[in-house]
Amino acid sequence: MLTIILSPLFFLTALALFGAGAIGSLFLQKNDKVTNWWSNSFAVLGTALGLCFSSAAIYAGKEYDFMIGSSPFSLLSFSFHVDLLSSFFIFAISLIGVFCSVYAFGYVTHYYGKYQLGTLGFFYNILFLSLFLVVSSANALFFLIAWELMSIASYFLVVYDRNDPANIKAGSLYLVMTYVGTAFIILAFLFLYKYTGSFDFSAIASGIALVPQSVKNAIFIFALIGFGIKAGIIPLHIWLPAAHPAAPSHVSALMSGVMIKTGIYMMMRLFLDILQPVPLWWGETVLVIGAVSSLLGVLYALTEHDIKRLLAYHSIENIGIILLGLGSALIFYTLGVPSLALLSFIAALFHTINHAIFKSLLFLSAGSVINEVHTKNMEEYGGLIKYMPSTALFFLIGSMAISALPPLNGFFSEWLTYQSLFQGITSFHYSLRWIFVLAASSLVFTGGLALMCFAKAFGAIFLARPRSGEVLHAKESAMPMRVAMGLLSIVTIFFGIFSGYVTRFLEQIAASLDIFHTTTSFVSVTPKLGLLLTDGFARVSAPVILGFFAVVFGIVVISVRFLVNRKQKIVVGKTWDCGTTLGPRMEITSTGFARSIILVFKSVLKPSLQREVRYHDEQSRYFSHSGKVSMHVIDMYQQYFYEPINTMINGLSLRVKNIQGGNINVYISYIFIALIISLYVVL
Amino acid sequence: MDLFFLLTQIILVPSVAPLAVGIIKKIKARLQNRDGASVLQPYSDLRKLFYKDEVVSSDASWIFRAAPYVVFGVTIIAGASIPLFSSFSSTHLMSDMLVIVYTLAIGTFFLALAGMDVGSAFGGFGSSREMTLSALAEGGFIFSLLTIAIMTGTADLFTISGNTLFFDGQYLIPTILAFSGFFIILLAETARFPFDNPATHLELTMIHEAMILEYSGKKLALMEWASANKLVIFFMLGANVFFPIGLAASESVGALIIGLSAFFLKLGVFAAIIAVIESVMAKFRFFRLPDLLIVSFILNAVAIGLIYL
Repeated sequence: MLTIILSPLFFLTALALFGAGAIGSLFLQKNDKVTNWWSNSFAVLGTALGLCFSSAAIYAGKEYDFMIGSSPFSLLSFSFHVDLLSSFFIFAISLIGVFCSVYAFGYVTHYYGKYQLGTLGFFYNILFLSLFLVVSSANALFFLIAWELMSIASYFLVVYDRNDPANIKAGSLYLVMTYVGTAFIILAFLFLYKYTGSFDFSAIASGIALVPQSVKNAIFIFALIGFGIKAGIIPLHIWLPAAHPAAPSHVSALMSGVMIKTGIYMMMRLFLDILQPVPLWWGETVLVIGAVSSLLGVLYALTEHDIKRLLAYHSIENIGIILLGLGSALIFYTLGVPSLALLSFIAALFHTINHAIFKSLLFLSAGSVINEVHTKNMEEYGGLIKYMPSTALFFLIGSMAISALPPLNGFFSEWLTYQSLFQGITSFHYSLRWIFVLAASSLVFTGGLALMCFAKAFGAIFLARPRSGEVLHAKESAMPMRVAMGLLSIVTIFFGIFSGYVTRFLEQIAASLDIFHTTTSFVSVTPKLGLLLTDGFARVSAPVILGFFAVVFGIVVISVRFLVNRKQKIVVGKTWDCGTTLGPRMEITSTGFARSIILVFKSVLKPSLQREVRYHDEQSRYFSHSGKVSMHVIDMYQQYFYEPINTMINGLSLRVKNIQGGNINVYISYIFIALIISLYVVL
Repeated sequence: MDLFFLLTQIILVPSVAPLAVGIIKKIKARLQNRDGASVLQPYSDLRKLFYKDEVVSSDASWIFRAAPYVVFGVTIIAGASIPLFSSFSSTHLMSDMLVIVYTLAIGTFFLALAGMDVGSAFGGFGSSREMTLSALAEGGFIFSLLTIAIMTGTADLFTISGNTLFFDGQYLIPTILAFSGFFIILLAETARFPFDNPATHLELTMIHEAMILEYSGKKLALMEWASANKLVIFFMLGANVFFPIGLAASESVGALIIGLSAFFLKLGVFAAIIAVIESVMAKFRFFRLPDLLIVSFILNAVAIGLIYL
């Protein structure tokens, strides 16, 4: 059995299933129900195969190189290289993919009769196909084809709900940004081709010594921009909070959970594998970008009252945390401490999979809520825990995981990231130490602010009284959706409790990179499934934490509820509010909740407040008739980064327009001049 | 022996926590020229609350009902995992500084949710303020512990408390700076002056009391007790992480007696300091509090810099 699963054919079957799912949905699109079943069944099957294949490959430690067909061009080959890092990402994609597709069975029913489900099924399956190809291709041109396929499929999914003009706008922004990114990626690959003479990743890696350092630096910057746009690093993130909310929720989960991770995958692949050895400042740059992205990501999340935008900003934050791990790995490796580099790399990988799990859980539960309340605005929710109890529980588990509360999975990957940053502080001198102090402090504040943000989100969505009539009609979501969210919650808990096992596998995956072949990791797994740093600096054990929690909570609940004052009567009364009428207006809103922290960070967030009051009598101005307050947060990047670029390009275009005289003789003279110049250059 | 030790650790914090509150109240009363209630009064208060009936809001969900158990349980767990009277530990598995910090954060999270759950104007604002302060306090909290962890080369709180590096000339100043930073966090996390006024229910100032306003009976008792526990936890972190004196280093009876007496002495000293601070200074305006928390963080950053001088 294992040999069948471990053959490349198994992987290709998964790809074929996605293909069949995609094409089939187009043919079946007359019937919504059949299309739903067809497209999502194939997605579930394909990702299930991917899950089996990748877990078997990781378990057996097997790597593959294979090729399908031959291409008409000598530089392009449809070759695959599936090493353990690729398998890890295939695992992440498949794991999230399975649950998102199960969820989709119930979720897409609300599109019945509204939109063509065939196109949704088509692009959804194509997205899976391209995600698989992106992380497994071994040729840069093949990779670019897969990358473009992924961008286009996700673009069409973003604009799927096309009746809302905001979605079309978000889609266009995404398309523009993603093409800017691709342009930089192509440049990076062309430079590599120029010096190594090949587009094959393995040939590039073996010929990397031929690339001069200055060119390598340029490649680093191009790759950082190109893949950074996809990953959503600040300040290249602007498409992310616009596009993720626009897509259908199971697609948002997929995009936030795994699609942006393909950017991270390529950064890992290039910086740790192909382009090694790398100079110190690369790692420093990645570390600083990680610190800035995580802190600003969570700050902007706090200002949001659109639930999906809030989650999208948290993706930026978590990408930042992953980059903290990756950046320290680069620094440690360059400075000759590979065991610490391995620790940091494990932390980055662990956070990658953890974020994929809890972020898709959060997006799916947010999707269920939106599906019932028909708005993404958290101010119109409230009290949903009584109408959607299971969804509330799943969202709570996701919130606790993303806020790194033990013993859920987020805590252990952040713990590892902390440890690598702490090691950075103690190991190095002067400037480098302060970079690590900066990174650690950004992670510390990010943790606190994320906790606050999810207290706000959970409170505003599920607690207190309903703030709009829609909530009163909300029902618990359909069975497939609850199953998907429930299983994801279990996975969240599982990855926390068995963080020891997970770390062991991640170590195996990380050690498969050439640079870590002979490295022993700085973190070891103790017999009690705890994690222990080699120098004994810190240790943690998930099963012990869980056991301790269970025993103490058990004792407390039993003794307080059943031993002390058993005759206690509980009366249900109204909330005390100084005798005023209790209305939804008495509760705190998500804007109100975050207002004080926004004012604390007013130098970064630049909040503005405008009041308009209309009075009964304009002359006396004693009795106000109605009032309006509008609060905004100015987007700094928009103002200081994108606006100037925009103005510059517009200005330049105006200048260029001058050569367009409209006179045909002038144009002919242009052609003549161009001809002369090119002849001069060529001869 | 291990089990005995663990049980002592679990029981010690909740059993002395009301006493700590009582001492603070007594000293404050004396400073105000009042006689004040007995130092044992908080025990009677808890007993009274445990035997009262309860009123629960009709808007409350299971979060409101579960939160007191979580908040209280978390303080028991944290209290059992830090050095109280000894610097040896049977497990070493829960005493990592990050585990303690994030375990306490679970309590804060549920406290804030409980405040929002009943939908009163007070609870929501209490939660918002509490989360704002605790988010900003996290930097100073982790970094003050980190300073000591870097000095001693371990993040395990028990191992840290077995160390006497602090009195080396080189480490004295960083320790004092880190402790000053920590002390600010102590005041913030335990809802004391100048961050919060534990004695009033005035809506303009309250943070912690606003969140538990809807609680009564057993659940209120748990919440009050939990906040008293948190006070002792922070006292002991302050004493045993930064200036570990008098802790029992071995399991001998003599050392344990010294350790326990030192524990009570430290409790008294910290309670007295808090009482004096509350008597001589006013509460700060809410928007000045972040400055104080950032000062705490900067003190710790400076301390880390000084370690390597």
